[in-house]
Amino acid sequence: MRKIKLIEAPARQEQLDDLAIGEQVLLSGVIYTARDAAHKRLVDQLKAGKPLPVPLKNQAIFYVGPSPAKPGRVIGSCGPTTSSRMDSYAPLLLDEGLKIMIGKGQRSPEVTAAIKRNKAVYLVGIGGAAALIAQSVKAAELVDYADLGTEAIYRLAVERMPLIVAVDTKGNDLFVAGPKQYRTLPF
Amino acid sequence: MREIDVGRITEAVAELCVKACLYLGDDVVALLRKAKAEEESDFGLYVIDCLLENLEIAAREQIPICQDTGMTVVFLEIGQDLHLVGGDLTEAVNAGVRRGYQEGYLRKSVLSPLSRINTKDNTPAVIHTKIVPGDRLKITVAPKGAGSENMSRVKMLKPADGLEGIKQFVLETVLAAGASPCPPLILGIGIGGTMEKAALLAKEALLRKAGAPSPDPEVAQLEAEILDLVNQTGIGPQGLGGKVTALAVHIETYPTHIAELPVAVNIQCHAARHQETVL
Repeated sequence: MRKIKLIEAPARQEQLDDLAIGEQVLLSGVIYTARDAAHKRLVDQLKAGKPLPVPLKNQAIFYVGPSPAKPGRVIGSCGPTTSSRMDSYAPLLLDEGLKIMIGKGQRSPEVTAAIKRNKAVYLVGIGGAAALIAQSVKAAELVDYADLGTEAIYRLAVERMPLIVAVDTKGNDLFVAGPKQYRTLPF
Repeated sequence: MREIDVGRITEAVAELCVKACLYLGDDVVALLRKAKAEEESDFGLYVIDCLLENLEIAAREQIPICQDTGMTVVFLEIGQDLHLVGGDLTEAVNAGVRRGYQEGYLRKSVLSPLSRINTKDNTPAVIHTKIVPGDRLKITVAPKGAGSENMSRVKMLKPADGLEGIKQFVLETVLAAGASPCPPLILGIGIGGTMEKAALLAKEALLRKAGAPSPDPEVAQLEAEILDLVNQTGIGPQGLGGKVTALAVHIETYPTHIAELPVAVNIQCHAARHQETVL
């Protein structure tokens, strides 16, 4: 199996620069949750020149809407959601300093270009492995947008969250390179 | 005439919602294990192992397999000799969804399509009723996640497009979906009827025991051919590249008009959640 690297959030540039597509990483540190509705608000606020409820510089955003935490647990199940729905918002956030995006599935060429431009990375978790991923979340605290329910922004403390490098700082894309090797269609 | 109080339907639906979101059927587990023998890519094997481990964790810790506990699709087969008493059937089903999602700590994902304001209790359910012979009520609860539902398609093909057109449309749909619907997939395909009938057939096809072929040999042959094609796309588990893009293809057909060939592809991730009971 591939080499497993340890990385931290907020991001350290030298760790990101060292990543290549297809490598497995274990991410530890502090990350923020945000998906569809929270992205819309963040970008609306940015465009209006208003302060954001979360920092962006060197931060990591996890595209997730967790299931509710049962009593005694910090979070419910929390696998990544489809990243492409955040594609129209991501370049602006990257240009504002966001360094790590965590989701699932392929990104648009615009996002990949913004990743390369900002020396950021896109990491993927295994969609559907939500109970497994929840094991790596050690604390969860509401930050803002509470009215959005599962779509609110939470600050998560994570330890050794298992992820795969899907787009690296050079703009290489695993979702292009991976399937090509196994495609046997006669056209 | 046999009577059932709709309160029993509420109780049953609540229980089925929780059960469906926490446990996956043995049929899907068997297909995942079989896929391990067929997969060649390291990532593919890693993904399948993670999905199997995830099922064990969800069952042990009593938490949902996937955080997206879906929009709740409920199929009711109501015997024509059965009398439902004690309240409104639709409200009884929705009360069950409300209770199940609250008490089961399931995610509330349903909202108004335009204002995007969440109903906060995962209601309303999408309810499909069918009147059948007898005096029983069969309830099937099938929570459907958005990752895979979003990649589903319906197309009105021309009769001249024929079998090749059907195969091509399914393949185009799977290729366009790529990694987004969390492969390995189960494909529910509805062929025939009208536009909405094809879509419903596709959804119903997902309720079949995963991997069980159609009893119609001609349809079973088409299922096998489409599965083979889909697994040549190279998409693989999670779209990271591999041999196993789909675990199974289920096709349901219905007669259609001389001028029509409706085809619906309902994409399902490995979390093919459905639980049923008969009252």
